[in-house]
Amino acid sequence: MRKLLIANRGEIAVRIIRTARAMGIATVVVCSEADRDSLAARSADEAVVVGPPPAPASYLNQQAILDAARVTGADAVHPGYGFLSENADFAKRVIGSGLTWVGPDPDAIRLMGDKAAALQAARGAGVPVLAGSDGPLPSDADGDDALAVARGIGFPLVIKAAAGGGGRGIRLAREEAEFAGTLGLARSEAKSSFGDDTVYLERFVDRARHVEVQILGDGSRFVHLGDRDCTMQRRSQKIIEEAPAPLLPDAVRDRIRDSSVALARACGYSGVGTVEFLYDPAREEVAFIEMNTRLQVEHPVTEMITGLDLVAEQLRIADGEPLGWTQDDIMLTGHAFECRINAEDPARGFFPSPGQITKLTWPEGPGIRVDTGFEQGSVVTPFYDSMIAKLVVHAPARDEAIELMATALSQLTVEGIATTAGLQQTLFGSPELARVEHYTTFIETAPGILEVTT
Amino acid sequence: MTQIVSPLPGVFYTKPGPDKDPFVLPGDRVEAGQAIGMVEVMKQFTEIRSDVSGTVVSVDVAEGDTVMPGDVLAVIDED
Repeated sequence: MRKLLIANRGEIAVRIIRTARAMGIATVVVCSEADRDSLAARSADEAVVVGPPPAPASYLNQQAILDAARVTGADAVHPGYGFLSENADFAKRVIGSGLTWVGPDPDAIRLMGDKAAALQAARGAGVPVLAGSDGPLPSDADGDDALAVARGIGFPLVIKAAAGGGGRGIRLAREEAEFAGTLGLARSEAKSSFGDDTVYLERFVDRARHVEVQILGDGSRFVHLGDRDCTMQRRSQKIIEEAPAPLLPDAVRDRIRDSSVALARACGYSGVGTVEFLYDPAREEVAFIEMNTRLQVEHPVTEMITGLDLVAEQLRIADGEPLGWTQDDIMLTGHAFECRINAEDPARGFFPSPGQITKLTWPEGPGIRVDTGFEQGSVVTPFYDSMIAKLVVHAPARDEAIELMATALSQLTVEGIATTAGLQQTLFGSPELARVEHYTTFIETAPGILEVTT
Repeated sequence: MTQIVSPLPGVFYTKPGPDKDPFVLPGDRVEAGQAIGMVEVMKQFTEIRSDVSGTVVSVDVAEGDTVMPGDVLAVIDED
């Protein structure tokens, strides 16, 4: 690999350039017209404008990106995260053009992109999945048969229309007494909404945490790089992540780590990947959500506790080098947190806040890392993701890492746009985060959290 | 005539989805509060509603075009 084209923007493009440069690999960044003066475009050895600001015309424009690779003589493509990173067709086209694809095989991307197939693969590899009716409830199973299945799963549970999706066609049965009535209701709703009264049952987790395992493989050897917790979310989007996942029983931690490696092995995985789980602290149970076949936004917390450079690992594996580690080589040291600093106003329902950053000061010091694609004077455009930076800290223990993040956030200045930093400051002072009593909908439902940050 | 302007910077959409019919077409009748289009800002979609009831004279921005705050999106001939 001599010249790497980066099909992304912002902090992750800057991040990839940093490692590529250290490895002696030249870099090409593709950018939209809105990003031609961005830090990423200026940091790369070459920048190619591939289209107008809207992503479909630029960062998702496969032909323009492949043309840019040809024109600049790039021999590899790193997709970053988002955009085309989990697009199996694009991966195929990159490989078909004679270029190195920095990512897993297109077949692995496709498999994990298909919810039902991914779940089946996970189950086959011994990954724990959500307790449920294991397929549709038979249509004649209404009285006692259905109740027997429901009892096997346990209450509360959800009744989901097989033809539903996107949050539609879901009914909650909190206890056994309301099950029969709710099932009848769910069936008639499913019939009238989707023309199909097929339903299935699934365990309902009231106050779930989100945990995940970082895996690394070269197609024949596989390791995990520990776990992360990404429970603190707004609108189902992560805003604080940490590694390792706190307060996880040893049996649960071993189970998710081992089964994630087994899943990677089962699909001959190559590169970095993340297996995501729902964790029910009340029952101490985990269940597979999905596998992400790319570098994750929150990879820095894993880098902090392992001392590895995940982008370097990706580039070496893509270049055909064997994995340089066995599981015994992987040491996890200390505790790391990451805050995604987003250009959003928590007081206005996290409404996006584009505009010019008139003043910007990043915190500095031992154990503090900032990954960003923005500088003072940069304009945050309305076209892309709202994340402007990742603030990462590393300390020997979790409580020290919390304290360091609180200090780092207090030293951060961003003026000209609204950001989530004030909310994150509140959260790092909250007893719930300190005691790991938060859950994925904590920010929306905990009284007062959003008010005090305005 | 009443101009409906964009309150936000972003990308304008005339349709609720790629395979859907446009929110409104010139000549259509609209009621106050009815959506005439959508603006996407950082992956969040905001419906743009008409303040008045009347007839759509024009939709002034094409599907997928960039808009700035204050740009005229549509003109309504008020009742």
